[in-house]
Amino acid sequence: MELNDNNFEAEVLKYEEGPVLVDFHAPWCGPCQMQGPIIDELAGELKDKPVKIGKLNVDESNQTAQKYGVMSIPTLIIFVKGEPKETLSGLQNKDVLKEKLEALMK
Amino acid sequence: MYDVIIIGGACAGLSAGIYTGRRELKTIILSKDVGGQLAITTEVENFPGTLSIKGPELAMKFKEHAEKSGAEIKFAEVTEIQKKGSGYLVKTKDDEFESEVVILAFGLKQRQIGVPGEKELTGKGVAYCATCDGPLFRGKRVAVVGGGNSAFDAVEYLAGLAEKVYMFARRDVYRAEDVLIESVKAKENVEIMDFTEVEEFVGSNKLEKVKLVNNQTQEKSELELDGVFIEIGWESQVGRIKGLSDLVEVSERGFVVVDNEGKTKADGIFAAGDVTDTPFKQAVISAGDGAKAAMSAAVYIARKKGKEIGDVFSDRAKKR
Ligand SMILES: Cc1cc2nc3c(=O)[nH]c(=O)nc-3n(C[C@H](O)[C@H](O)[C@H](O)COP(=O)(O)OP(=O)(O)OC[C@H]3O[C@@H](n4cnc5c(N)ncnc54)[C@H](O)[C@@H]3O)c2cc1C
Repeated sequence: MELNDNNFEAEVLKYEEGPVLVDFHAPWCGPCQMQGPIIDELAGELKDKPVKIGKLNVDESNQTAQKYGVMSIPTLIIFVKGEPKETLSGLQNKDVLKEKLEALMK
Repeated sequence: MYDVIIIGGACAGLSAGIYTGRRELKTIILSKDVGGQLAITTEVENFPGTLSIKGPELAMKFKEHAEKSGAEIKFAEVTEIQKKGSGYLVKTKDDEFESEVVILAFGLKQRQIGVPGEKELTGKGVAYCATCDGPLFRGKRVAVVGGGNSAFDAVEYLAGLAEKVYMFARRDVYRAEDVLIESVKAKENVEIMDFTEVEEFVGSNKLEKVKLVNNQTQEKSELELDGVFIEIGWESQVGRIKGLSDLVEVSERGFVVVDNEGKTKADGIFAAGDVTDTPFKQAVISAGDGAKAAMSAAVYIARKKGKEIGDVFSDRAKKR
């Protein structure tokens, strides 16, 4: 799903059922264009699980990006109960992300 | 067990994967990313057949082509290589892979300054690609380290975004085109500081300031900054893969020495692209090298299996 400065609190910080993976990306960023489809695939595979996966355009929502100190993209942050639990920068494999999310679902 | 492990998924590695994949050689490409240097190139205007294309777009086409040809791609950083049996064992942080042949295609890495704080603050204010991360510093105070074309390019680009852009140059003469230097000098929010070197990056969770020294007067100073872009060129990273320099021959400048078939000194290890001692570093050259190394690898495997090599000198694999 698309996240932005306006819906971030409700969709990410207030989500209680499980982890939330946020892909901080931007249209100008080459590696982000490669990360994007991986995130979509992952979201498809985990759609029935207690987990939320979203993308945030740092250009449009730069307050949120700044708040979490995003200074290189793509950066992926996994939030649990409103707190950033893990920050990953650079392109990430689907398997790695899936494993991390599954571990946090328990 | 694979027939072929390709280390690096950019021009050279993906091109090699197209060839080995089409040969029905079981191929895995282990790479930190897709596209390498191409992924951070805004516009490529000399790749035959494309006229003008964005670097990431070209890289994605390479990737799609390699996958459609049967190569598997996995994002991982290779950390070690060892001889094992008749082939090789390739290690990443979490996994191990085995194959008959290895194709080295892991290109170059951006040169680091090598001062305290640089590594710790990378991604937290210290950056190596202005066009990638620059827009995150809109309205901020930034600096560029370097005195060549890419440094001036970065300053010019950042000047349009940041509040203030400093440039730290080691000397007062620059290795860049005159037009570019003049255009940068004319910008109001740019300040070029000659004979200036960074001694330390300081910050707890993010970059706060840099410690500088004037290499003529030895005078020290500090500057508060939100971001510093390091643009001091590219270098070999052969030394980062453990065991590799014991297997292949490495040139004085750190490049893998290959013959005109893409063979290294080690049986079954081939190399292609910027990682090799080729004097020209270009996308089309790396792609061509990748094809060459892949075809050599195919011949090597065929011979090893005692097969007639017959058709291996051309790429006439069956359509999948
Ligand atoms: C800013 C810029 C602009 C350029 N413009 C042009 C241009 O207009 N035209 C042109 O022809 N060329 C251009 N080039 C040069 C061109 O991009 C390179 O020659 C080409 O990308 C080299 O391809 P390569 O596959 O040999 O290596 P690289 O592009 O360096 O790629 C190496 C790959 O290996 C991976 N890797 C590295 N280490 C490891 C490891 N330990 N484990 C796993 N994977 C690893 C990397 O992630 C990357 O995918 C430009 C380069 C730059 C930096």
